[in-house]
Amino acid sequence: MSFIPRSALSKVLVAAPFLLQASSALAQEEEVIGWGIVSDNVAALILFTLFSGVVLYQIGQARRGKELFIRRIAGLNAVEEAIGRSTELGRKVMFVPGIGTVGEVETLSALSVLKHVAKHCAEYGTPLEVPNKDPLTYAAAREAVKEAYLEAGRPDLFNEEMVPYLTYDQFAFTAQVTGKMVREKPAANFLIGSFFAESLLLAEAGQSTGAIQIAGTAQVAQLPFFVTTCDYTLIGEELYAASAYLSKDPVMLGCIKGQDIVKAIVLLWIVIGILVLSATGSTIMQDLLNSSLGN
Amino acid sequence: MLKKKIPVLLCFLAGLLPIISFFFTSPGDGLREANDTLEQWLVVVSGFALLLGVISVFQVNLRKISNRSKGWVNAIYLLASLVIMGAFGLMDAFSEMPGWGWVGTSGNTGFNWIFDAIFQPLQSTMFSLLAFYVASAAFRAFRARNLEAGLLLAAAMVVMLGINPYVVKVLPFLPEWTRWIMNGPNAAAQRGIIIGAALGAASMTLRILLGIERSWLGLQEGE
Repeated sequence: MSFIPRSALSKVLVAAPFLLQASSALAQEEEVIGWGIVSDNVAALILFTLFSGVVLYQIGQARRGKELFIRRIAGLNAVEEAIGRSTELGRKVMFVPGIGTVGEVETLSALSVLKHVAKHCAEYGTPLEVPNKDPLTYAAAREAVKEAYLEAGRPDLFNEEMVPYLTYDQFAFTAQVTGKMVREKPAANFLIGSFFAESLLLAEAGQSTGAIQIAGTAQVAQLPFFVTTCDYTLIGEELYAASAYLSKDPVMLGCIKGQDIVKAIVLLWIVIGILVLSATGSTIMQDLLNSSLGN
Repeated sequence: MLKKKIPVLLCFLAGLLPIISFFFTSPGDGLREANDTLEQWLVVVSGFALLLGVISVFQVNLRKISNRSKGWVNAIYLLASLVIMGAFGLMDAFSEMPGWGWVGTSGNTGFNWIFDAIFQPLQSTMFSLLAFYVASAAFRAFRARNLEAGLLLAAAMVVMLGINPYVVKVLPFLPEWTRWIMNGPNAAAQRGIIIGAALGAASMTLRILLGIERSWLGLQEGE
């Protein structure tokens, strides 16, 4: 080591990562890519196939007319109650589909619930407002609400101002929505979708107006805020099950059943892992799971 | 019929491509390139959707002004801000193009000034409101009305006091208790929610890809 000049060593150390990067890029260029499986993702592919297989099997069972039970979800049962309360008070219903893009599954799930809510609002003639932050979500939400009013046989009640686009900025959006909540005092607020730092601001503003609030998100960090400030909260998977639960469609319920079976398998895996670790000190179950997830 | 089937088919194809490119390789890495192109398309579509959004903002607020609805003056401020900020943004964009430029604008001064001096402080103000809202939400959540709420209060007290350096000097065992609560019961509950949500998201994705779940498209289940 002492024979190498210090300045040269530091140059080599600085250049090493770039050299490694360049050599791996060259190696990739030389590699002839054909049809095949990405070797790092083989275990994930097996898990994906298992999951899809179980879900598709349950869909098949449901199509054959097998009775499926789905537990009661209080937050979804309260949807009609909230809309009914707004109708009685003659005040509007506000539905915020989160601030996520339409490419997020959470947002798509929120749009499914939105359609259900909009249909009930149309049937009861209750005013509805759906403020949006993401432009793509805005376009999808407008279509969903429009179709819901058509289905309810009340296209005359729909106008495009019911689904306004506010702004692309997170806190400017929050300021506008909380302002609307305080000024216009909707009787029911639905905060369903992908939420981040604005979750508590929106939910607290709604809570201060005395509105009945139903929230739902899969963002774990935001759930405590919603649980604290809202009357009902759809926690994680309940949000994704919402459309199946509300539609009572047996095929969709089959999907939920399949998902529950896979969850039971995961739970069993964890329990066996704990037992094996406690009894033998081996982390084989954990290692298998880590490698299957590509860690 | 086609109006209903084509969006579902497009959704299936657009959803299938990222899955296939994640698991499989193809000659010339075509799958990954196609996936990258699809992501670029999404950006372009978002741009057009944003234009729709701006039109909506104008429509709603111009109607509010013309009808002299409640708060119509605020609508004027909003539209003025939108036009001014948009104009400065466009001026800056054009000034960066070779051969284009505006007299009196060098660099991004106008846009940046509005952003730094007005927009940023307003954003910070909104964000700082969280501190007060957290306090009021905590006050409601930590009322010991029953056994569960009492347990929640006790856990919260331990965690909050366990990270307070002054309290830790008097009660040195508290950080250990805090760590146990955060890494034990708290982490277990969070992971339970995350596992459930991940499986729920995967199931929902499958329903969307197979066209079973269509309500987000505005279609009925039977359509």
